[in-house]
Amino acid sequence: MINQDSKTILEVRGLHANVNGIEILKGLDLTVKSGEIHAIMGLNGSGKSTFAKILAGHPAYEVTAGTIIFNDQNLFDLEPEERARAGVFLAFQYPIEIPGVANNQFLRLAYNTVQSQRGKEELDPLEFDDFVREKMKLLEMNPDFLDRSVNEGFSGGEKKRNEILQMALLEPKLAILDETDSGLDIDALRIVANGVNQLTNKDNATILVTHYQRLLDYIVPDYVHVMEAGRIIKTSGKELAKELEAHGYDWINADDHSKTAGVRL
Amino acid sequence: MSAVLQNLVNQPYKHGFVTEIESDIAPKGLNEEIIRLISSKKNEPEWLLAFRLQAYEKWLSMSEPQWQNVNYPKIDYQSISYYSAPKPKKKLASMDEVDPELLRTFEKLGVPMHERAALAGVAVDVIFDSVSVATTYKEKLAEVGIIFCSISEAVQTHPELIKKYLGTVVPVGDNFYAALNSAVFTDGSFCFIPKGVKCPMDLSTYFRINTEESGQFERTLIIAEEGASVSYLEGCTAPKFDTNQLHAAVVELIALDNAEIKYSTVQNWYAGDEKGVGGIYNFVTKRGLAKGVNSRISWTQVETGAAITWKYPSCILRGENSVGEFYSVAVTNNYQQADTGTKMIHIGRNTRSTIISKSISAGYSNSSYRGLVRIAPTAENARNYSQCDSMLIGDQCGANTFPYIQVNNNSAKVEHEASTSKIGEDQLFYFFQRGIGAEEAVSMIINGFCKEVFQQLPMEFAVEATKLLSFKLEGSVG
Ligand SMILES: Nc1ncnc2c1ncn2[C@@H]1O[C@H](COP(=O)(O)OP(=O)(O)O)[C@@H](O)[C@H]1O
Ligand SMILES: [Mg+2]
Repeated sequence: MINQDSKTILEVRGLHANVNGIEILKGLDLTVKSGEIHAIMGLNGSGKSTFAKILAGHPAYEVTAGTIIFNDQNLFDLEPEERARAGVFLAFQYPIEIPGVANNQFLRLAYNTVQSQRGKEELDPLEFDDFVREKMKLLEMNPDFLDRSVNEGFSGGEKKRNEILQMALLEPKLAILDETDSGLDIDALRIVANGVNQLTNKDNATILVTHYQRLLDYIVPDYVHVMEAGRIIKTSGKELAKELEAHGYDWINADDHSKTAGVRL
Repeated sequence: MSAVLQNLVNQPYKHGFVTEIESDIAPKGLNEEIIRLISSKKNEPEWLLAFRLQAYEKWLSMSEPQWQNVNYPKIDYQSISYYSAPKPKKKLASMDEVDPELLRTFEKLGVPMHERAALAGVAVDVIFDSVSVATTYKEKLAEVGIIFCSISEAVQTHPELIKKYLGTVVPVGDNFYAALNSAVFTDGSFCFIPKGVKCPMDLSTYFRINTEESGQFERTLIIAEEGASVSYLEGCTAPKFDTNQLHAAVVELIALDNAEIKYSTVQNWYAGDEKGVGGIYNFVTKRGLAKGVNSRISWTQVETGAAITWKYPSCILRGENSVGEFYSVAVTNNYQQADTGTKMIHIGRNTRSTIISKSISAGYSNSSYRGLVRIAPTAENARNYSQCDSMLIGDQCGANTFPYIQVNNNSAKVEHEASTSKIGEDQLFYFFQRGIGAEEAVSMIINGFCKEVFQQLPMEFAVEATKLLSFKLEGSVG
């Protein structure tokens, strides 16, 4: 969905970051424009989730160098909740359980907080109930999940759907989906991908962090990036994913002897 | 919500007033003479003096308990003044004279405007005629035969009831603090619901206003006769300051056949500063006697204040089929210490009890649940269910559970469950990532955690308690 009058949503330059004093990101660059879908692939431990959480402002990660501009703003000036309200959405690789907090209350509070930030109308519990049920249909989710505690006792796939439900409610400017496909069977994958496709448009952008090509059969990216040891080492069109699937990650390194060969997928 | 903040606004050092010499304060220390003085000042009958002296006698032979899981410097009981004559409240001329910190607290808690003024001791007769409200309220209760007044008043107006019931649930020598209270109590509430009467409204200490400050040794007695029922609310969410450090109250509840007493407390005594300096020691003895068949005693408490809390609202289930309940939320932050829980003493057949205890610890605080379930040999088919959940916020606080179970009848069924959880960084981050700020996130988690207890509170109280908890934990996370 690359279009002419697209604007830059995310501009990452020379990003370095530590966790517990160990450098994980080592000079990451990435530009994302409105209307685009970017896939980031790479081996386990290459730093994909670290990058995703840094975008969202997770306190465990320390940015040591580099810049991130989101929507013409310095992202580092915003607290995590302000980033969310400004339209940064992260679908977690491992969504956490919150016992005792009802999903519907949580969803409504998140929705209303973001709505009011955008100067839009908040919904009372009854209105919200109708609204969220419609959204759940899109993801073929059972409304029973509304009354349960947030993610508590949900299966892996149910948690992922609950993440996409939140994306549907919050209508982010930039959605980062961290391995949303893992743990989904093929039917669920199709439903979730279908949901995501309905949410993408020319004004927003999506970053899909994934391990596998199969998600990209359903959500077709404009760019595929390969991440290794905290950097993006290759960027190409959607055909790159297919090549990776066929040849493995060390195929990329064939012309770069400074790096040790990666492990095959 | 009444007798609360006057002390704060009256604190001379805080507001730069000159300390007036009180003419009617007993010399420091405790002896027989002082007790006689208290009794005569209050114009008490001979038997009540005897009650006090007997308690004092017992107290002398007792020593302060050491078993509770709290630490504090030794209290010098001879440096306390045990009697001061009721003083008229000092009124402030306008809200401008009220401590801004206090106003900020009211704001946070959403205390209604007219109440703020009343609580802060501002003369508000124009805005809010508290006297007339209290009077209307009393008249309504009198119509159905309910007596609700201060215990000193009841000693004068209904001595036969006081004589019959006082000290029957918590005997004068029950424990160190109860003995002290029995010897020197100065005031508190009395409530009597006659046979068959369902109290038409929640009785709140708030409406016992314009009586004097109840003092450090408060005494409460509630009686529900056959088939009667009452819901009693104690305390309030606005912070309660007092220059007296030690508070040792006694509350006795008596439920006759088919009667029901529900006693709800929101406790927010001054807890000291962030370093734990100052703060009230709240050493309370609360006990209910489910005396009659099918009677029910239910305690619900939200404990948020005090530097040290030592409190075990208990039920003696004597009547056949009687029911005891204890629902508790205890929040500790900074350097607060709480050792709280309950005792369920099953004596009658088919008696049932439920214990739901939730503790939330933050900062450097420590919270212990201590509970006893005793099934007497006579308690055929007794049932108890206990659930104790602890939540920790941060790494410096602690929570302990000390359940004591004594079963002397094989037909009894006693269940105990316990859990400990933490509010983790990742849970909070999940909220943040969805646009929800720290305060609301914590409040949602805490409310979820405390749901079963809050459900027991009267609606308004529950709303206030919810806010209070968030307020108490403000800044401890995120
Ligand atoms: N909180 C953390 N504490 C310590 N190490 C971490 C933490 N988060 C990530 N790491 C380390 O950072 C590296 C990159 O992890 P991650 O970003 O999760 O990779 P990916 O998502 O690409 O699999 C790994 O070596 C991982 O062990
Ligand atoms: Mg990952």
